Amino acid sequence: MVIDRKAGTQALDEVFHALADATRRHMLLTLLTQEYSVSALARQYPMSFAAVHKHVSVLERARLVTKKRCGRESIVRGTGAGLRDAQLALDAFEQLWRDRVAQMDQILAEDSPD
Amino acid sequence: MPITRVDKDLEARTMTVFAEFDAPIARVWALYADPRQLERTWGPPTWPAKVVQHDLRPGGRVTYVMTGPNGEKSAGYWNVLEVEAPRRFVIDDGFADESGQPNTNMPTTRIVFEFAEQSAHRTAMTVISTFASTAAMQQLLEMGMEEGMREAMGQIDGVLADTP
Repeated sequence: MVIDRKAGTQALDEVFHALADATRRHMLLTLLTQEYSVSALARQYPMSFAAVHKHVSVLERARLVTKKRCGRESIVRGTGAGLRDAQLALDAFEQLWRDRVAQMDQILAEDSPD
Repeated sequence: MPITRVDKDLEARTMTVFAEFDAPIARVWALYADPRQLERTWGPPTWPAKVVQHDLRPGGRVTYVMTGPNGEKSAGYWNVLEVEAPRRFVIDDGFADESGQPNTNMPTTRIVFEFAEQSAHRTAMTVISTFASTAAMQQLLEMGMEEGMREAMGQIDGVLADTP
């Protein structure tokens, strides 16, 4: 639980960082509807292969896309896992606070002996 | 249940908890001002906390160690920023190593605690947690990214719903 919170906060930061860039948001939406090789994806953007590759790596670290090898090519496709991580991190944090408030209430209940 | 509402804002990275307790404001404040009471509230049920250092004053520090079901330890600390007893205090909550030294590689969470007297025997508490700010995050907020994000998330949900 506590360990999850630590991992969750990092995952959250990576998801937000990945989505902070308009190009990466566009790439993610593209990759959610269709998978592309990195080189085919690079042809869709007015930027170098290296730049596209870098964007894909950021999305991959945030678990927003997955990459698999297919011969000489890397095939990339979108996944919702990263966004779910972010949501789960917040959900875990909510549970932590629900427990804290219940424990506060419990201590206060012990005050009244009558 | 004393919790009346929980608001989560994924885009602003905040979570706000609203709760009400049947106790005077000074009594509720003591749950945080007294380390022996604080440690009973802070750790999750399966991760009891032990408060090691407790200086709830501006510039002060609180350190704690939580122990998990398999004996694993998770240490944390508060940097105390503001204290206005019994109405409000503000901390940065972070991760620490076993000796209580802050782990600066890990993000901190800013937490604002507010207490309001509703009657002599009823106290409202509001806890606003804001997740660590990264440069990218700040930039994102400045760019007015919220709308783009909402749109992206809506589209992603739609795409996922269509996937068999």
